[in-house]
Amino acid sequence: MLNKDLKLSAEIFSAEIKQKPTRDGYGEGLVKAGENNKNVVALCADLTESTRAEAFSKKFPERFFQVGVAEQNLATIAAGLGVTGKIPFISSYATFSPGRNWEQIRTTIAYNDSNVKVAGHHAGISVGPDGATHQAVEDIATMRVMANMRVIVPCDMIEGRKATLAAAKIVGPFYLRFGREKSPVFTTDATPFMVGRAETLWTTKKPEVAIIGCGSLVYNALLAAKALADEDIDVLVINSHTIKPLDEKTIVAAAKKCGAVVTVEEHQVMGGLGGAVAEVLAKHAPTPMEFIGMQDTFGQSGKPSELYETYGMGVKDIIAAVKRVIVRKV
Amino acid sequence: MQSLNTSKLRSLELKANEIRQDVIESLLLAGSGHSAGSLGMADIFTAFYFHILNHNPKRPQWADRDRLVLSNGHICPVQYATMAHAGYFPREELKTLRKINSRIQGHPHRTALPGLETTSGPLGSGLSQAIGIALAAQLDKKKYYTYCLTSDGEQQEGNTWEAVMFAGKRRLSNLISVMDRNYIQIDGDTEEVMALEPLRAKYEAFNWHVLEVDGHNLAAFIGAVNEARAVYEKPTLIIAHTIPGKGVGFMENDYRWHGMPPNQDQAKIALSELQAQHQSLTGGRS
Repeated sequence: MLNKDLKLSAEIFSAEIKQKPTRDGYGEGLVKAGENNKNVVALCADLTESTRAEAFSKKFPERFFQVGVAEQNLATIAAGLGVTGKIPFISSYATFSPGRNWEQIRTTIAYNDSNVKVAGHHAGISVGPDGATHQAVEDIATMRVMANMRVIVPCDMIEGRKATLAAAKIVGPFYLRFGREKSPVFTTDATPFMVGRAETLWTTKKPEVAIIGCGSLVYNALLAAKALADEDIDVLVINSHTIKPLDEKTIVAAAKKCGAVVTVEEHQVMGGLGGAVAEVLAKHAPTPMEFIGMQDTFGQSGKPSELYETYGMGVKDIIAAVKRVIVRKV
Repeated sequence: MQSLNTSKLRSLELKANEIRQDVIESLLLAGSGHSAGSLGMADIFTAFYFHILNHNPKRPQWADRDRLVLSNGHICPVQYATMAHAGYFPREELKTLRKINSRIQGHPHRTALPGLETTSGPLGSGLSQAIGIALAAQLDKKKYYTYCLTSDGEQQEGNTWEAVMFAGKRRLSNLISVMDRNYIQIDGDTEEVMALEPLRAKYEAFNWHVLEVDGHNLAAFIGAVNEARAVYEKPTLIIAHTIPGKGVGFMENDYRWHGMPPNQDQAKIALSELQAQHQSLTGGRS
């Protein structure tokens, strides 16, 4: 059942649940961060409206820098601002930033310890019809392997706002990942959010499997948990919004309690959340796992719902993975 | 900037010579590193740290300091030697170049050594970081200048031109870039590897003010920086023509010294040449 302590939306399983893209949370959080601190600046590479930097650019025009279609410049100008007392947020599509400017982010932001927040938008396959060129499914991995980089994947619009505000407050490089499509807003302003702490959204007395997810697919994990409960299969659903630093304590405890894990992410199954969880469990609590995500393939054009179905990220796929991993339990 | 008289000029020339000697010695001990560009830029580094920059080696984080960003980080031996001479850290520490647990890494790392403004090495990313620093100065209403030292080879990087385009568009007159135009890169002559000319016309087309100067003529270089500071509404590029390996005859204009350190024998020859130059500068008085 839902963890009542987390004050999730009362409409969570209603067909009427509010739908908003996580990128809206970035836009709101950025404006709020700008109000809180005059050192917050924003940069964008010709995608101001779609990465939701527009509201900030209108409210604080002198603190907004349009760099044009130049993602390497985006990262490195921000690096210079970041070592001079500013708190730069840079936004583009994740395939371009941190896709195209990975080395600049590595050298001039992460290694250089510049206080830059990299916001990768339109991440995952749910960006849809634009096709595989615009579907970032490697960015969690490429950011996670970088020393001195924190990685956060918000599960809904409200968490997107909280993550943006948290990144503004905590000194040091961040990668924040956002989606284009509307997705259910199932947390509330009152839901706790702390960088580095995973939240168990769905708890049961004797869970058989821990479903660990990030991003808007956490909602599919909750729908799967609910459906599994009807079949008397008890699971946990953990929202691991922070991929790095990973909440090892919560994840290891859940794996030990359940004895089986399913990870859920809109990303390649190598190197992302699933990879991070597997690394921790291999070390502390070897556990059978199933991985929901892109299975070493590129996406294609299509509606988000079609893509989720085609690439095995739907509710029924999560249910099937839970059943598969139960069979593998020792 | 202070005024430049004959005796000051002579003292800068001597300082540049001493810095070249330290470059040779630190590269010899390191056993790897970049000789040619380091020697070629010794005069310009001397001009900056001993005349142009408004800085305080005892307060490297001073908020109003001029910023000097080294984009082509591989010539850091000359930056380290100059900083040591200027008082940022003991000259003795130059012996730790490229050694384990040293503050003077093989390529400059900002958080390792106070006084470094950026981390660099991968080429083409320094100018845009300097832009970020110059933008911060505007936001904070600070008067400091941001200087960026670049190589000619890194003009082949796309990131460089993204930065050139941005600075021109924003009319960043508090940004002055100095290009070490020595015509060499690892694989050979810049114009054969990937032709860069006409560099002046290219920068001018991107709305920069461009000056060209002999990078070994300290008075001329300092004069060019003065002119650059007087230019409003545009960033300035100073194309400094330098001789790679300057001061060491067998290294001069030989691209093979781009990424090579001297061995014991070569260092001995190099140091005796530099010492002879030092003597002639002092008129035999050492």
